[in-house]
Amino acid sequence: MGWNSPLARLRDALRGQRVRERDIRKLVSNLPYEGLEKMKQPNRHFPGNAIKTTKYTLLFFIPMNLFEQFHRLANIYFLGLAILNFVPVVNAFQPEVALIPICVILALTALKDGWEDFRRYQSDRKLNNTPCFIYCRKEQQFVERRWKDVRVGDFVKVICNEIIPADLLLLHTSDPNGVCHIETANLDGETNLKQRRVVPGLSTSTSEFEPESFNGVVVCERPNNNLNHFKCYVEKPDNVKVGIGIESLLLRGCTVRNTDHTVGFVVYAGHETKSMLNNNGPRYKRSKLERKLNTDVIFCIILLFAMCLVGALGHFSWLQELPSVPPYLVPDSHGHLDSPALSGFYMFFTMIILLQVLIPISLYVSIELVKIGQVFFITNDIDLYDEESDTPMQCRALNITEDLGQIQYIFSDKTGTLTENKMVFRRCTVMGTEYPHCENAVRLAVLDEPDSEEEVIFNQRPWPPQSRWTPDTEDADPAGTPHYHGSRHRGKVAESAQRDVAFSSPLETEVVPDRKLLQQIRRTESSSSSSSSGKTDPYLDFFLALAICNTVVVSTATVRRQRESGCPRSSQTSNPFETFSHLVRKVGSFRQTISSWRPMSNRSRTSSNCSVLEEDHFNSLAKTGNCGGRKSTGPQTQDTSPSLRYEAESPDEAALVHAAKAYGFTLLARTPGSVTVRLPCGEELVFEVLDTLAFDSHRKRMSVLVRHPVTSELVLYTKGADYAIMELLGTPYAEQLKGKQKRIAADTQRHLDCYAKEGLRTLCFTKKVLSERAYKDWSVSRQGALAAIDNREKLIMDTAGLLETNLTLLGATGIEDRLQESVPDTIVALREAGIQVWVLTGDKPETAVNIGYACRLLDEGDLVINMSSKNKLMCVSILDCTLEEVRRYGNDPTGLAPTISLVIDGRTLAMALESDLVDRFVDLARRCRSVLCCRVTPLQKSAVVKVIREKLKVMTLAVGDGANDVNMIQAADVGIGISGQEGMQAVMASDFAISRFKHLKKLLLVHGHWCYTRLANMIIYFFYKNVAYVNLLFWYQFFCGFSGTAMIDYWLMIFFNLFFTSAPPIMFGIMDKDVSAETLLGLPELYRTGQGTGEYKFSTFWTAMLDAFYQSLVCFFIPYWVYEDSDIDVFTFGTPLNTVSLFTILLHLSIEIKTWTVVHWVIMLGSVAVYFIVTLAYSAICVTCNPPSNPYWILQSQMADPMFYLTCIITTVLALLPRYMFHVLRNTLAPSPLVRARHLDRLDPSVREQWIKEWKSFRGAGDLSKLTRSPTLETTEDTSPASPSPSDITTAEITLNVITESYQSTVQL
Amino acid sequence: MKEQQETANRPDNTAFTQQRLPAWQPMLSAGIVIPGFVIIGLAFIGIGIALFVTSQNIQVLERDYTGVENNSPCFKCSDPSTKNCVCKLDFSLDKLFEGPVFFYYGLSNYFQNYRKYGVSRDDRQLSGRLDNFQSPDEGCVPYQYDANNKPIVPCGSVANSLFNDTFKLYQIVNGARKLVPFDGKGIAWWTDHNVKYRNPSITPLKNAFNGTVKPTFWSKPAYELDPSDPANNGFVNQDFLVWMRRAALPDFRKLYRRITEGDYKNGLPAGNYSLEIAYNYPVLDFDGRKKVVFSNVSWMGGKNQFLGIAYLVIGSLCVVMSIVMLIVYAKFKFPDEE
Repeated sequence: MGWNSPLARLRDALRGQRVRERDIRKLVSNLPYEGLEKMKQPNRHFPGNAIKTTKYTLLFFIPMNLFEQFHRLANIYFLGLAILNFVPVVNAFQPEVALIPICVILALTALKDGWEDFRRYQSDRKLNNTPCFIYCRKEQQFVERRWKDVRVGDFVKVICNEIIPADLLLLHTSDPNGVCHIETANLDGETNLKQRRVVPGLSTSTSEFEPESFNGVVVCERPNNNLNHFKCYVEKPDNVKVGIGIESLLLRGCTVRNTDHTVGFVVYAGHETKSMLNNNGPRYKRSKLERKLNTDVIFCIILLFAMCLVGALGHFSWLQELPSVPPYLVPDSHGHLDSPALSGFYMFFTMIILLQVLIPISLYVSIELVKIGQVFFITNDIDLYDEESDTPMQCRALNITEDLGQIQYIFSDKTGTLTENKMVFRRCTVMGTEYPHCENAVRLAVLDEPDSEEEVIFNQRPWPPQSRWTPDTEDADPAGTPHYHGSRHRGKVAESAQRDVAFSSPLETEVVPDRKLLQQIRRTESSSSSSSSGKTDPYLDFFLALAICNTVVVSTATVRRQRESGCPRSSQTSNPFETFSHLVRKVGSFRQTISSWRPMSNRSRTSSNCSVLEEDHFNSLAKTGNCGGRKSTGPQTQDTSPSLRYEAESPDEAALVHAAKAYGFTLLARTPGSVTVRLPCGEELVFEVLDTLAFDSHRKRMSVLVRHPVTSELVLYTKGADYAIMELLGTPYAEQLKGKQKRIAADTQRHLDCYAKEGLRTLCFTKKVLSERAYKDWSVSRQGALAAIDNREKLIMDTAGLLETNLTLLGATGIEDRLQESVPDTIVALREAGIQVWVLTGDKPETAVNIGYACRLLDEGDLVINMSSKNKLMCVSILDCTLEEVRRYGNDPTGLAPTISLVIDGRTLAMALESDLVDRFVDLARRCRSVLCCRVTPLQKSAVVKVIREKLKVMTLAVGDGANDVNMIQAADVGIGISGQEGMQAVMASDFAISRFKHLKKLLLVHGHWCYTRLANMIIYFFYKNVAYVNLLFWYQFFCGFSGTAMIDYWLMIFFNLFFTSAPPIMFGIMDKDVSAETLLGLPELYRTGQGTGEYKFSTFWTAMLDAFYQSLVCFFIPYWVYEDSDIDVFTFGTPLNTVSLFTILLHLSIEIKTWTVVHWVIMLGSVAVYFIVTLAYSAICVTCNPPSNPYWILQSQMADPMFYLTCIITTVLALLPRYMFHVLRNTLAPSPLVRARHLDRLDPSVREQWIKEWKSFRGAGDLSKLTRSPTLETTEDTSPASPSPSDITTAEITLNVITESYQSTVQL
Repeated sequence: MKEQQETANRPDNTAFTQQRLPAWQPMLSAGIVIPGFVIIGLAFIGIGIALFVTSQNIQVLERDYTGVENNSPCFKCSDPSTKNCVCKLDFSLDKLFEGPVFFYYGLSNYFQNYRKYGVSRDDRQLSGRLDNFQSPDEGCVPYQYDANNKPIVPCGSVANSLFNDTFKLYQIVNGARKLVPFDGKGIAWWTDHNVKYRNPSITPLKNAFNGTVKPTFWSKPAYELDPSDPANNGFVNQDFLVWMRRAALPDFRKLYRRITEGDYKNGLPAGNYSLEIAYNYPVLDFDGRKKVVFSNVSWMGGKNQFLGIAYLVIGSLCVVMSIVMLIVYAKFKFPDEE
């Protein structure tokens, strides 16, 4: 290095900085440089893989933590006061003593921070020392090292079930197809396996990978936190560029599955990995209550200044009045007295120090503690726990619990939020013919049963099960449904037994084929086999498209997943027989109906009559399939098929693959280069996959380009939303269908509309045959797009668009997404609670409206306004007209006007949200009871939320489950993620995560209400407490010449706030319960008390302040008059004051406490006990420990004096009398709904039920006060409840099904 | 085993975590509130009557001797220029002033609770630490050192401003003056006398004060405060202790002596009395007043009408309110009273 080494190092460091910040990085292998010193290493500028998430180091903990803490304004205020106290002319207390509060608070916070940091340090150390394999040139093999030794440019080998140490470019896998499966559960919680594939053109065909042969330059983008995008290319020595996307990147933190070993090249290490960049701590949001609280703190500051000003002026005039220098005025050392004006000026600051407690600094600490307690109770609520997925409620944002009690608007996603997002194949249309799948519908109806165990009888006609699948019974009554009882329990058991397979509950996997369609397939199969005209029949194509056109990964059930993190799931450890026998018991009498239903896991198939039945079915299928003898594998191979597991990224895809499988088109394997499908006859076809055009939300479709193994044609299968497909239809499918093509499209569209009305999700399937030349041309532009780094997404999209033209329609599918349990009930309750519910969905309007009715968002009597316009002009006129009409309804005095609901589609919504229309739109939406937005993009979702939130100044809540809801969740005041089927992105972005939509009811109505009232009351109480106590000192100033004297020992004053009165309000904020959970759930109206300003109003704050003033006056002046003209000394006078205010403050709280549990008693009585014990001990021990204040033996002497007790009693009683009277009179004369609900709580549960019903029946009149004079209990039998009971909802759903059935018959006709 | 694993994340189903602890919900119902108010009201009235009667039975005799008015016997003494002035205050009792009689002096508009005044003392010095004799606490400024830089003991403003009027009470019996004996023992707090304030353990006490000076306002040093009783000198002098316990309010009285001995054991008999006052303490600087108070005490201390009246008023208020509430309830019934 020589003499210029430091300079060179500096230059190198600067260059490193530049290299790291460049948009594009060039990386080369480290191997040629192994063993060289650091300056020669090409990748030395990039950080290593060791991570450090700790904030502090051991040495600098104290200064860094202090620096951190003094970012808080409150601490600076405290410090400023402490410093002020060191200025001799203004100090109020001994300077050292004034440091105590700030030291206590700083020490507590530092302790907490230190402990958290230590835990981070421990986990970091554990991670950094995890072993891994790095290639070493010296030893010519992979050697074991630690994670922290991994550097950018290294070659790392990861073995099956190991965690990936850094972001790796996948270069080699043990899999012959060059794929590797990873599980990203650690990253986003998704448990389905994802396929990654080796960078094409690099790995040699030899089984062992030679890292030393890697001589390319990896060019990649700057590290970012996007888990789904990665732009990179490898430049080989011959200047050929190979584009690489996320599909070849192994992310740090993921686990390698189903692959023996993989080798990767480290692209990003340590803090630059995508998982680390995504790793940001809990979100900080400021709640509405806290924002209001801050304004009140400002009022407190104003009050403090006013009081200090009074003190300063009072001191000034008091000095002015003195005729001469009295002996009690103390001059300075030169015998000189400050002028009254200057003394008054100093006094202002002394007063600030003396009255500092008025600014409730400890309030912020207390609020944090209270919220921790509230979060504890919310997360521990067993009602918010989902047994199926074993997930409790999660609070990700710790400081907005009380916002849950103030929600006015809910914006909900539909799929996965209102619905299960468990997609079930319901029906399909092929070449313009509808296949209603009635038997499938019947099966679903069984599973659709609500949770009750009761037997539901549809139709008493017994069905001979054997005859059901015989092809001869064609004219079987489609509505024919044998009777059976079902319960969701069965489904639950089965689901939990195979939970770790994504999207594969029996509900989704089992599809009962439609007889007609089955026959149609058989017919074409036989005809095609006989004529050997190739596999180009549209029916075959349709099912091939179903099976091929997706990204479903097939894994075999024989390879069990092991989890190192959690405990093994039950399904793997439990005795399979036990599970199964349990299941059989549950299935009981109706198993025959759903004979094709069978558990996924092959071990359940060991012995059961169920599977025997199923064999029969398949045997018959295979027999009748009449598989022209080609390579037939027979029914035996069918046996192995259940061991296939489909790992789908979206539930629709899984449902379609399962549907195809039901018709015999079984997806057997998928590799990057090929797809293997078994046809009904047992023949296995291997399609070469030339390209996959992935789904994106702009194109709304995806395509797979394959080479047909028999015909060698290049076939493009495309599936997508109907509106995205229909406009791309082009040349007819085949010559003989030319005339029909138009009709097919029209018929299909008609069927699609019907599906949508039924609430089904629709997908269209198309086919296109490409010429070799067209493919070659396209392929070139595609390669260019893939290798691009700038603008890559758009280029890829454009090339996809080039190919997806002139498509031929094959058919369409209708997939049902069933409503989650209790959704209608929840929506009705939320609406009764005064919350407006909006549904924002990407689905078609018809689907959305149907779901709207099903979940009682829309009612039969509603006036539904459908806004859908193509251009702005129309939009304006529609908006104006409806607004006019709605206003007229609003002014209708009769109150008979129908409730109005609005349905608006994405395009119209975009226009309505433009700045000139938005006010009118918001005005319209405000008057509507419910709003449905269809076909909206994720961005529009968040735009709607933002507009409503800003224009109407309301509290909004957004709930969703998918990545498309993330924007909305982040835009709303409260974001709720549903941890459902679509991964964890919504949960990651949310403030609270629940597992079912129905949990929202308890979360808002009970926990929201509680958290809000608790915290609001606690805060008001805190303000009151501080003002009441500090004012005692203030009143005393009028009797001590405004000199800043405290009549209470300063230590006792600190203890008063720190120990004697701190625990009760925190306990109050965590545990008080104004109304029981049952009543809150029974009467959702009670939620309205929290909306808007709620309990924490301007008036409440000032009432509390006035009460505090009154109480402090009483607490001061009664002892004052008692001890007037006596020989009482300063601290003896202060002791009863202190005691009285302790009693007043605690008893004031006990008036406010609504429910007393053991904890309440312990803490309240404990506080009193602590006061006396500590004060007595302090007064006994401290002879001269805190000069000049000296409380020695004072409380003892006071407690020996009966006057002390008499004074305390009368003062406390008089101080609390007005508040108590106020409560008594308000409860009697104008009881609030909450008070009346509390009366209900005291009743016997059964009597309460009746009262709640009665209360609800009066809701129509809208006057809650009627309850006070409501009829007696006897009449409750007559009044029918206005809210739906569970049975009502069931009937509603059944009605819906009946409508569906009748609709089916019309379609068939 | 299986159940446990299936529900590993299941929250505990305890009464505490599910917020279902057995609870008491107090409701303000008429059945509790009205009888409660009546009971409290009656109890308060009872206490009030007891207090009021007790207070009425306490005899108090107050005489102002500031001497501002021309006709006051101490008028001549109130002039700050006169030194060693003695004035006589005559009064007569027409009935027995029951004993034990407490004799107080009172000051008004005197702010012993003034903050800087209160701070101006050295508790360590007063607890007899000799270190603090030589270097008193900073807080004593400007009564820390005298002009010659000698430490002042006891230092500070409180000690410096010690009340120095003295009183002698004579009963006029047939024209002759009969000295009423004063009991000066135990007028200060026992803890002050025995724990908080200590003289240095040096005998004679005078030696401990070597190298120090008396407070500027004082006429004699601390060790010579009571020539009659050597044990009543230094910091444990009863009058000094009483003064050092700062009054909470600007109008206060402090115990001077008790009359418990000899012929006056049962109190002051009816007759004429003459109080001889050595008038030293200036109060006109701050518009103050000086007074003497004779009082006997009961279990509730000195005479105080206020507390009795307050109990009576609030007690009656409670009773009245319970009646009002009864009327209110008659009109608007509680929901659960139906």
